[in-house]
Amino acid sequence: MARLHEKHTFPGRLIIVEGIDGSGKTTQASLLRQWLVSLGVPVFWTEWNSSALVKSSTKKAKKDNTLTPTTFSLLHVTDFADRLSYKIIPPLQAGMVVIADRYAFTAFARDTARGVHPEWVRSLYDFAIKPDLAVYFKVPIRVSLRRLLSARMKLKFYEAGMDTGLSKDPVECFELFQSRVLDEYDRMSEEFGFHVIDAVQPIEAQQKQFRALVSRELQSYLAPYLAAKEQKTGNESKDSTVRRAGTQNDG
Amino acid sequence: MAKRRFMGTGLPYVDLSEVNGHLLVVEGSDGVGRTTQLSLLRTWLEVQGYGVIETGWTRSALVRESIDLAKAGNALNLLTFNLLYATDFADRLEHEIIPALRSGFVVLADRYVYTAFARALARGTDPEWIRRLYGIAIEPDLVVYLRVDVNTLIHRVLLADSLDHWEAGLDQYPQLDPYESFIKYQSDVIREFDKMSDEYGFTVIDARKKVDEIQRELRAAISATLSQSAGADVVAPTVDE
Repeated sequence: MARLHEKHTFPGRLIIVEGIDGSGKTTQASLLRQWLVSLGVPVFWTEWNSSALVKSSTKKAKKDNTLTPTTFSLLHVTDFADRLSYKIIPPLQAGMVVIADRYAFTAFARDTARGVHPEWVRSLYDFAIKPDLAVYFKVPIRVSLRRLLSARMKLKFYEAGMDTGLSKDPVECFELFQSRVLDEYDRMSEEFGFHVIDAVQPIEAQQKQFRALVSRELQSYLAPYLAAKEQKTGNESKDSTVRRAGTQNDG
Repeated sequence: MAKRRFMGTGLPYVDLSEVNGHLLVVEGSDGVGRTTQLSLLRTWLEVQGYGVIETGWTRSALVRESIDLAKAGNALNLLTFNLLYATDFADRLEHEIIPALRSGFVVLADRYVYTAFARALARGTDPEWIRRLYGIAIEPDLVVYLRVDVNTLIHRVLLADSLDHWEAGLDQYPQLDPYESFIKYQSDVIREFDKMSDEYGFTVIDARKKVDEIQRELRAAISATLSQSAGADVVAPTVDE
């Protein structure tokens, strides 16, 4: 198989965002979606861990706390396989832009941080489609923790990695677990050619970089949409060309 | 005793040095009489003083619901089919098999990863991928394959029950009728088992023989395996002739 390493031949494009919890990647991905939709691009949105097939199992297991690192990993890959077949590939075949909020790399980072074999989890996801653009929103633990806590006061059990038993204190456990996840992301940046965006920057600055990156990497796909937009708005798009040239940041 | 090993990359967070016990696997298609043989084996081993735990295929609580749900709607594609069964296996491996082995039990496995391999390969799954997927499994001490030809098999299955959609492989051959599909699919499965026999060194028993003959052969194979690993204070079971 090894599809994760080969360029796909579907007419659509796959953009994925990665980052630890609280990195702001979902905010960035939804802003990107707004922009693409405004250009008239057909966009399909998909999230991690959202298929109906394994929902009951995941919910039950999380409630009973009977998941091991391995079954945790397997439930997620099953969910992913289901979504890939029914939600990601068909829109790509139909020529849409699919934005995935988290992708296989989330599993590689988290599951390895939980203790499964890094080679094993990679081989599980061999069937995944290689993204046309993978963007990693990189943020220090402290910043993500502050964002999460200011939004909802409490960390979720698995988000904090409480199942790993690294610490009984949720905040401390979060720091320990997420720093492992962070290390894995850093390791993967090169392995899978992530484009890294500094997620400490203001939201709009990150979004500017993200859009520039998408314009560049999906140039041929977006060209007709951008041209149509340019005809309509004249000078506005010249400005964005300048911005794009000035803010490339793709480690 | 031979050193415990994983079949592939394994579970890095599980220390195998404490995982003793014995893992004995009986493989073979549905209808070859595995269940009967296993219950006879259990009694025999217990009479000899061995603690026995039986484990089956797809009996774990974790994903049973998902599997049933998917099968009912026939919504399983090849990938999710393989992955759900692997999840189920992993759950049993970590919650049943490993703890039992660690406590020194004889684990009698009513089918093991080879069933997953045979079914997946008969359905056209990438052989390398499925083997790596099950690289988490513990290598058994013994695998006995109860082999029958497909014609014997279909008679037994028809006498026992009607043909099941999945066992008949109708997901593979939807253009065929259940009988033809069963023959084709189960032949594919048997072919895969035959290929694995050499690769993994199965002990093959002709399951067309009488129940007590099969049982005698099974006991002989198990005795040989257990005596290899028997310490000074453990007596390998004897086979009554």
